[in-house]
Amino acid sequence: MKNPLDSITGTITSGVVLTLVLYVFVKGFLV
Amino acid sequence: MDPLFLAIERWLHVLAGITWIGLLYYFNFVQVPGLAGANADGTAAGITKHIAPRALLWFRWAAVATWLTGAAYLLLGHGTGEMNGVARAFMLQGSAAPIGVGAWLGTIMLFNVWALIWPNQKKVLGLVEASDEEKVKGARVALLASRTNTMLSIPMLFFMITGSPAHGGGLF
Repeated sequence: MKNPLDSITGTITSGVVLTLVLYVFVKGFLV
Repeated sequence: MDPLFLAIERWLHVLAGITWIGLLYYFNFVQVPGLAGANADGTAAGITKHIAPRALLWFRWAAVATWLTGAAYLLLGHGTGEMNGVARAFMLQGSAAPIGVGAWLGTIMLFNVWALIWPNQKKVLGLVEASDEEKVKGARVALLASRTNTMLSIPMLFFMITGSPAHGGGLF
């Protein structure tokens, strides 16, 4: 499987997905 | 705490952060792709000798300034009577939890700058002695660390601008 960080598009997509995951986590479990 | 003092503290933090993340995006979106073309036509030396070292100097020290001004802002503006703001944020306590996530991401990024990107870029740019094999390996590690920071900057900025009650608009 190709490393998403090898491309700019993969890097930005990974960042957006991570943002969504962390948002759900913080909203659901921390606040 | 005087609101003016907090505003100045936040202003300095944003100025330093723009310098840091602006240069991070320059490296990832402009310099790295540009170097591929410059290597092909033999003009890379202008970038690696004159541009990259200067950009890295501002980049790594802006990272330190961003972290220190951010920590000072947390300390002054996010504490309670029982716990100081830095501890509350990093322990993800209560209303400081969202900005604490941003603080953790920023701290990981600062570590990447000083422990992975800068030491390996010194080898790649010839600022320290390194074999060709070490330079190739160093370039790969520095690229992945830089891309990791670009990826982390996206949630980091989200939690920084939405995580404070002062300017979060009630998102959390």
